[in-house]
Amino acid sequence: MHVIALPGTLDYQSADVLLDRAVEPVAERTLIDARHLRWVDPVGMLALLCAGTVLRDRTGALPHLEGPESQDVMGYLGRMGFFQEARGVFEYDGRAPRGGGRPSDVLLEITSITRNADVHEVVDRVQQRAGVILSSKLRYPASAVVQFSVILSEVCQNIIEHAEGPGWVAAQAYHWSKRLGRHVVVISVMDIGRGFRGSLSDEHAARYGDRWSDATALEAAFLHGLTRFPDSGRGQGIQQIRRQVRRWSGSISVRSGSARIGQVPEWDDSPPMVEGLAPFPGAQISIILPERAGE
Amino acid sequence: MTDVPLDPVAIDVGGLLQSHVASLYSHLVTRQTGRAVRLAIESQLGEAGSASLSLVDLSEVSVLDFSCADEVAAKLLLRYLDPGRPRDAFFVFRGVTEAHRDPVEVVLMRQHLAVVAETAPAHYELLGDRTEAEERAWRQLEAYGLLVPADIPDVLPDPDDRAAFAGLIERRLAFRSPISGRIHALSRIVAHLLP
Repeated sequence: MHVIALPGTLDYQSADVLLDRAVEPVAERTLIDARHLRWVDPVGMLALLCAGTVLRDRTGALPHLEGPESQDVMGYLGRMGFFQEARGVFEYDGRAPRGGGRPSDVLLEITSITRNADVHEVVDRVQQRAGVILSSKLRYPASAVVQFSVILSEVCQNIIEHAEGPGWVAAQAYHWSKRLGRHVVVISVMDIGRGFRGSLSDEHAARYGDRWSDATALEAAFLHGLTRFPDSGRGQGIQQIRRQVRRWSGSISVRSGSARIGQVPEWDDSPPMVEGLAPFPGAQISIILPERAGE
Repeated sequence: MTDVPLDPVAIDVGGLLQSHVASLYSHLVTRQTGRAVRLAIESQLGEAGSASLSLVDLSEVSVLDFSCADEVAAKLLLRYLDPGRPRDAFFVFRGVTEAHRDPVEVVLMRQHLAVVAETAPAHYELLGDRTEAEERAWRQLEAYGLLVPADIPDVLPDPDDRAAFAGLIERRLAFRSPISGRIHALSRIVAHLLP
C-alpha cells in the first residue's frame, strides 16, 4: 500500500506537499496517515479532501484515512464538518465525531459547492456569523461583513463557472500568536476541476504560443482578468477580490496545475509565483485576512 | 409634467429576487441569480408602454456581488442603450447604499456606463463612468430640475460643459422631451411619477 504520512501541521504553508504527493504515479491503494496531525486549518482540510478525491478517482479505490491521535484535532475536524464531506472520499475505521452538541465557534464549516444555491447558502451563513468575528477579532468595521460575503460569493462562483468539477469552501478565525501576533481569518476554496489553464486554453493559448503554461494562465486570469468568455463584463471577480484583500492587508494565492501565484502583503514572505509543483487538477485558492494593526 | 411621455415602472429588486428566483434567497449574489433578476426586470418593462422610466429599487438587497451587479446594472443598461433595444427606457437606481456602491461603480466603469442613483432619501448622484464636465453639467441640471434649450448657454457657459450636457442626453442620463424640447433631470421625473 502506498503511504502518505501527513506532517504535524497541515495548513496553507504545508498543504502543497500533500497535493504534490497525491498525484505521484502509483496505481495501488493509498493510506493517508494523519495520526501525528496536531494542527490543521481550512486549507489543510480541503487539501485532504481534494487529495483523497484525486486518489480515489485515479486508483478506483477509496484511500484509507488513519485519523489523528489528537482528540482536539479530531473534535475540530468534526466541528468543521470534515467527516461528513469525507464520506465517499475516504475509508475511515475510527468513529467520526459529530459536529453538534455545543454552539459552534466555526466561521464557515466545510461546504461543498456544486450549484448556484450552494453559494447563496454560504453567503446566508456567513452573514449570520461573520459580523461578530470580523469586528471583535479582526477589528474590521461593521460594514466589512458585506465585503467579506462578496469575496466568498465571487470565489465560490469560480468553481461553478470555471471548474466544471466538485469543490469546497471553508473559513475559520485563529490567533496567530507566533507567526503574526494577531488574529487572522483563513479562507480556503478548492476544486479539482479543469483548472485555470484548462478553462482558458481554447480562447487564449494560441496567443501565448510556446509560453502557454499553468503559470501564464494564472497570470492571465489573476493579474489581467482574462476569462474564457468573450463578454467584457466577465473576469471581474478575482480582480475585485484582490483589491479588497489588498485593502485589508491580506494575502491571496491561487494554485492551479503546477504553478501558484499570489498577492503577497508585507507580513508574508511567500514568493509571488511558484512553478514546478506537481500538476494537481483544479484550482486551490487561499485567502488570509489579518487583524487590523496598530491604533 | 405633461411633456414627459414616459410610463413609470417601479422595480422592487428584492421582491423580484424572491418571486422569480427563489423565495429563500435574500442576497443578490451569483451571475445566474443576476441574470434571472435582469430577465424579470426586462419582462416587467415589456408590460410598460413604448417609453418608460424605471426606478430600480435596491433597498431590500443587503449583499450585491460583482457578478450580479454586472447583470442587474451593467447588462440591463447596455441592452436599453443599444440601437436595437426593444423599447425606450430610462433608469434610476434607488436605495443604493455604501454596500452596493462599489459593485455598481465597478461594473459600470468597466462598460463605460453611468446611472443616476438615489444614494440617500432625495439625494441623487451620478455613478459610473463620467467625465468632470459631465458631472458638472449633470449637477447643474439637478439643481435646476429642468432646462429649456435657450437657457443652456447661460447655465453652462463653458463649451465643454455644453458638449457634456448633450452627451448626458445621448447616454440617457437626462430626458429631452419630444413634445417641448425641455431637458428634465431624471430625479425630478422620479419625484413626480414615482414618489
